[in-house]
Amino acid sequence: MTEDDLRQMIGRVKRGHLSRRGFVRRLAAFGFTAPMATQLLAIAGAAPAAAQGTSSYRPTRRGGGGQLKILYWQAATLLNPQFAVGTTNQDASRTFYEPLAGWAADGTLHPILAAEIPSVENGSLAEDGRSVTWKLKRGVKWHDGQDFSADDVVFTWEYNRNPAVAAVSSGSYRDINVVKVDDHTVRVEFEKPTPFWADAFVASRGTIIPRHLFRDYAGANSRDAPTNLRPVGTGPYRFVSFAPGDLLRGELNPNYHMDNRPYFDSFEIKGGGDAVSAARAVLQTGDFDYAWNLQVEDEILKRLEAANRGRVNIVEGGNIEFIQLNVTNPHEEVDGERSSIKTTHPAFSDPAVRQAMALLVDKNSIQQFIYGRGGPATANFLNNPPRFRSPNMRSEFSIQKANELLDGAGWMRGRDGIRAKNNVRLRFVFQTSVNAPRQRTQAIIKQAAQRAGIDLELKSVTSSVFFSSDVANPDTYTKFYADMQMYTTTMTQADPQLFMNQYVSWEVANRQNSWQGRNIVRWRNDEYDAAYREAEAELDPVKRAALFIRMNDLICGSNHVIPLISRPLVSASLNNLRPVLSAWDNTTWLLGDWFRET
Amino acid sequence: MTQYLIRRLLIAIPSLLGISVVLFTVLALAPGDPFEELATNPAIPPEVRANLRASLGLDDPIWQRYFNWLFAMLRGEWGYSFVSRIDVDQLILQRLPVTLVVIGASQIVALAIALPVGVYAATRPYSIFDQIANTLAFIGFSLPTFFTGLLFILFFSVYLEWLPFVYRTDLSETGWRWWWEQLRQSIMPVMVLGLFQGAAWTRFVRSAVLDVIRLDHVTTARAKGLPESRITLRHVVRNALIPVVTLVALQMPIVFGGAIVTEQIFRVPGIGSLLISAILSNDTPVIMAVTFVFACLVIFFNLLADILYGWLDPRISYR
Repeated sequence: MTEDDLRQMIGRVKRGHLSRRGFVRRLAAFGFTAPMATQLLAIAGAAPAAAQGTSSYRPTRRGGGGQLKILYWQAATLLNPQFAVGTTNQDASRTFYEPLAGWAADGTLHPILAAEIPSVENGSLAEDGRSVTWKLKRGVKWHDGQDFSADDVVFTWEYNRNPAVAAVSSGSYRDINVVKVDDHTVRVEFEKPTPFWADAFVASRGTIIPRHLFRDYAGANSRDAPTNLRPVGTGPYRFVSFAPGDLLRGELNPNYHMDNRPYFDSFEIKGGGDAVSAARAVLQTGDFDYAWNLQVEDEILKRLEAANRGRVNIVEGGNIEFIQLNVTNPHEEVDGERSSIKTTHPAFSDPAVRQAMALLVDKNSIQQFIYGRGGPATANFLNNPPRFRSPNMRSEFSIQKANELLDGAGWMRGRDGIRAKNNVRLRFVFQTSVNAPRQRTQAIIKQAAQRAGIDLELKSVTSSVFFSSDVANPDTYTKFYADMQMYTTTMTQADPQLFMNQYVSWEVANRQNSWQGRNIVRWRNDEYDAAYREAEAELDPVKRAALFIRMNDLICGSNHVIPLISRPLVSASLNNLRPVLSAWDNTTWLLGDWFRET
Repeated sequence: MTQYLIRRLLIAIPSLLGISVVLFTVLALAPGDPFEELATNPAIPPEVRANLRASLGLDDPIWQRYFNWLFAMLRGEWGYSFVSRIDVDQLILQRLPVTLVVIGASQIVALAIALPVGVYAATRPYSIFDQIANTLAFIGFSLPTFFTGLLFILFFSVYLEWLPFVYRTDLSETGWRWWWEQLRQSIMPVMVLGLFQGAAWTRFVRSAVLDVIRLDHVTTARAKGLPESRITLRHVVRNALIPVVTLVALQMPIVFGGAIVTEQIFRVPGIGSLLISAILSNDTPVIMAVTFVFACLVIFFNLLADILYGWLDPRISYR
């Protein structure tokens, strides 16, 4: 199925010649999933673009819901969203501050402080992709009674782009220009055509902060602002008290800009402890309403769920656990660095070896015996939102095929059973961070590899070292001084542009950029680079989705990257609680819509 | 005596300096920095991280950072947490009441168990009571607190559903209800720590008392016809207390330092959990402050123990 076929079919749906159901069924025949097909319609303008049914909020009046008790096994330490390092802090500040729009679970935008989602149809999205105009909701008030206006939005941009402030969201604001059109309209202008315009002022990096409180702290003194610890936002709940590293409390905001919201009179977020006991406090004893990010063995969760008090929520996102096969040689030092792109890997430069490695990964067992519901096996690197998921990739586990492949490529078994060719032995160092499921995965792969004459030396590095950016340490994942490595990479936005830059040639991690480059496997491919450049400027959503699918197929097809399992967000809530969750945004992104069924 | 005190305090200064140098160097050499998470987040440009590091002086050489810290400390400025930008003294003060209550109570429980049980068992060695006390003490201190903690949670919270296992600092109840809730949530962490400590101390008290009870002066006292209780309290316990005092005094700084494992299990927001989260996020000022105060307390309580010896045993003189 080519892009033209797709376009014709979408056209027929638009003209009414083909029913939407017929469209979905036809695409399914080509291996497209139903959500993907509907989303294609949505982005092509044949269906409403804004999120539908993100929330089924039912309470008919504000308040009266008592207390909402949320448990995090990590604790928030500060409450300025622009300084929020880590999800815990982001989630905590998000209860008070709001962006113009947030990302719903299906990867579509949901208006919060914006009156509507910009689109080409309503004229707020420029045809040339050079600007987007946001209409702000009227009558919104800050918690201290001041009016929310376009000035606050413009100020948020100025605040974030100032390097002296050192805001963590600065990357989203550096290269844009923001103009106040009137008190309730702002225009975001881009230097070049930008298909992904929903970055600034959207979701976790887009929370708007009040100008009147941060005005005097918009420079090097930004971290001394008293409001950093006593937030004043526009959200459904107002600040009550905060003990860093322990407890955050908020109460109902009687002037909230959404009708009948929020439902709860107050909330508290308790931090600390560990994930298993957090799951227990919700699922087994029911002491808390909601527990965040339960990376706990599925077996345990199932056992706790048996108490029938709560259930486990699984929200699909883009995070993925995967294996990288080094393109460069980690054992040879060139100009003071190993894994330099001036070298090539002696064994992995042979496609047969890479393909054999991919055949030796038993994804289904890894899913079934290790991750359970928390890790469905996948053949794609880019899995979500569904409109970007490639239908072309398949994964297979076959030791026999791997053996045949290696035999055919001339890798012969030596006396010790390990294959070799031209003095290169198939003996690899396979590293990952210390984490029980990862060590078990390593063992599963090692066993299979052994039966194909490949010897894996398993290495595990403490997370604090493995994931650090310490230039002096040889064991970090960005240095990749090993033949293979495995970890999870996160996709923080519903748009894959940032996510897919992990394989462009100009992002290769090396000494010059202190190993800060995002292309850690050091794979370089002209076709991929070209596709990425094109996607950066492609305004047609269907074409752009096709480009990302192509990129996924290129990198997965090279077998330098072997996707294992996608990592959905796992949380627990009481049976009667109705949380509104999204993997593309913070846990608390729509806290005002949470309610309790009675 | 005064001379002795002055001398001891003067000796304390180089040891504290030494401790601070070691701590600081170890922390500086440890991998990672407080902005680790920024490095793995693709949306954050590396310059932001570089800016943040520079603004906190993390790029200066170690010795320079050490002297900055030392002079600030001498001026009474503890610095602020890299992670939350709150003054460290404020952070510690926020955690102190809970720590003192929970850990303090557990030490009192431990003493309240160890002293009477240990003394009574020693006065009747190898009796049934002694055997049972010994066995329980063995069990008590061979079970680590994280194990007993989980056991308590499973039994009292999950199975019986009597007690909450998440410690809360914002109890909404007032009046006697507040006290009742406070008692309910504190009892498990206090007991876990108290029983563990008490078991170890019981063994210690028992053997200390046994050592003394066989001495001549006790036999003499008995021969004089003094009542048994008076012998035990005035002639035996007082003498046996010297080693016990050392042990207890050295344990006292823990009341400040908190109990990392137990605090984590029960989510008690004490200084132990502050320390561990600071360590995990490489928050040097907080780690330095907590460990340094801890070092000061260890030295202070050592001194206190030495002074108490003189009061318990006048033969010991200070020169």
